[in-house]
Amino acid sequence: MAELTDLGIADIRDGFRAGDFSAREVAEAFNDAVASARSLNAFIVETPEHALAAADAADQERAAGSVRPLSGVPLGIKDLFCTEGVQTTAASHILEGFTPTYESTVSERLFLAGAGMLGKLNMDQFAMGSSNETSYFGNVISPWRRNDGGNAPLAPGGSSGGSSAAVAARIAPGATGTDTGGSIRQPAAFTGISGIKPTYGRCSRWGIVAFASSLDQAGPMARDVRDCAILLEAMAGFDPKDATSLDTPVPEWEANLSSDLKGKTIGIPKEYRVDNMPGEIEALWDRGIELMKDAGANVIEVSLPHTRYALPTYYIIAPAEASSNLARYDGVRYGLRDLPDGANLQDMYAATRADGFGAEVKRRILIGTYVLSAGFYDAYYTKAQKVRALIVRDFAEAFEKCDLLLTPTAPSAAFALGEKSDDPLAMYLNDVFTVPSSLAGLPAMSVPGGLDQAGLPLGLQLIGRPLDEQGVLNAALAIEERAGFVARPSQWW
Amino acid sequence: MSVDTETVRKIASLARIAVTDGEVEAMTGELNNILGWVEQLGEVDTDGIEPLAAVIPNQLRLRDDVITDGDVRDKVLANAPQAEHGFFTVPKVIE
Repeated sequence: MAELTDLGIADIRDGFRAGDFSAREVAEAFNDAVASARSLNAFIVETPEHALAAADAADQERAAGSVRPLSGVPLGIKDLFCTEGVQTTAASHILEGFTPTYESTVSERLFLAGAGMLGKLNMDQFAMGSSNETSYFGNVISPWRRNDGGNAPLAPGGSSGGSSAAVAARIAPGATGTDTGGSIRQPAAFTGISGIKPTYGRCSRWGIVAFASSLDQAGPMARDVRDCAILLEAMAGFDPKDATSLDTPVPEWEANLSSDLKGKTIGIPKEYRVDNMPGEIEALWDRGIELMKDAGANVIEVSLPHTRYALPTYYIIAPAEASSNLARYDGVRYGLRDLPDGANLQDMYAATRADGFGAEVKRRILIGTYVLSAGFYDAYYTKAQKVRALIVRDFAEAFEKCDLLLTPTAPSAAFALGEKSDDPLAMYLNDVFTVPSSLAGLPAMSVPGGLDQAGLPLGLQLIGRPLDEQGVLNAALAIEERAGFVARPSQWW
Repeated sequence: MSVDTETVRKIASLARIAVTDGEVEAMTGELNNILGWVEQLGEVDTDGIEPLAAVIPNQLRLRDDVITDGDVRDKVLANAPQAEHGFFTVPKVIE
């Protein structure tokens, strides 16, 4: 039999139910894999005891004749999800040592479904970043390397970089991610795995450390489309504790998977052919179009005229919301307190926040504070909200002509650590293809499409109408079945 | 619009983040780069467009007016950097 850590979510679930192995064997195999991959720095905290306890419960239940949807499956949990009794930091210094006394709704749903937790996954600090270089706990190293023999450490993408690295390295069969402007899809593309951001409101935000509340959505990251469907079914659902949670039934996404796209129309947004698009990305996109046609879909060109304004809109709205959300870190109720000698309360706030936030987080808080400040609010924030309305309208008009949109996920393959970290704007441009659908709250997914000349994975993105996760998953499955992506990083860690 | 070092100091003060002179210098340049870049939104004609705050239509719900929480003082205080006698404590604020 293949190694247990080579199995994905569906294979573990089904093999466990069939009695091919015990849940404890699975948990032990992944716990060992996690412990032997510390050079990737994918985990901030390892919780082997949590994985084992869930596994033992699963084994006992199976012996008694009952199993739950994720019995026997261990997962990595991004450190943005509050986990009861386990440190939750959002990869920041200001929350170092914070141990929630409650469980986030999404992680609770996964655990109630029988899953165990391997540990808390590293990420960009407060989910602000596209390379996992803003974590207080150090960079995550992608398990992938270029085939030039240079061994330059590569970015696993961000902000869910621990999640992407762990799944790609097969030290976790699946992981939770969160996506505010591309933080599930871009890291999935960089590491040759799949990840879906559902419609805004599908997954409860309760207990997830807030970044930009009108954009933040949780979603799964896993090795293939089916595994994403399985995890998303467990994560999604109405939660009265989140005022933006959608009170709508969770479909049976896995049972309804179908890669037959006959009768479907796929739109190709012409504005996504940006200047200086690398030839390899263009070739990947063209290949994706061929795969869609092969699956029976009709492919047409569509227009999303405000695409080029999505990034600047995002970089007003997201920092504005972040500056408000992050005001709660004051050194009083939880986390770090920095109290210089003789300091008063205001000094304590300022010292705590200066010491506790990283450079990128401070940058975004300052931008957000500025665009929300008296005299500038209308010129920046209200203007951005109006452009956001136009971006949403673009998508609605496109979806009158087509069922789904196909684009590249990111404008390049993974870059080397340090390559872009000195230039915030260059880093922001990584999210050029993922941000528009975030602003519109649409379901969107990245699926591996091929390799570039350096042997690194490239991802294709599918964007659907609100609540049409099924359409997105099905088209992604059609690509997955036809792209024949089997590459995996060879183990050096 | 561009910001000068004095504006950056004021923003940092509003955001309650202590900054050094060197940080103010560096941030002034960075913020101007980013703000200059977002200025391009000025090109977009948004006359008559309502600003959008909630992207997926959703109704705000009302729940029954009953107690659903409480009696969790120790849990609330569990992560406080400093708590005494069942309260959060901070430096003296009244001279």
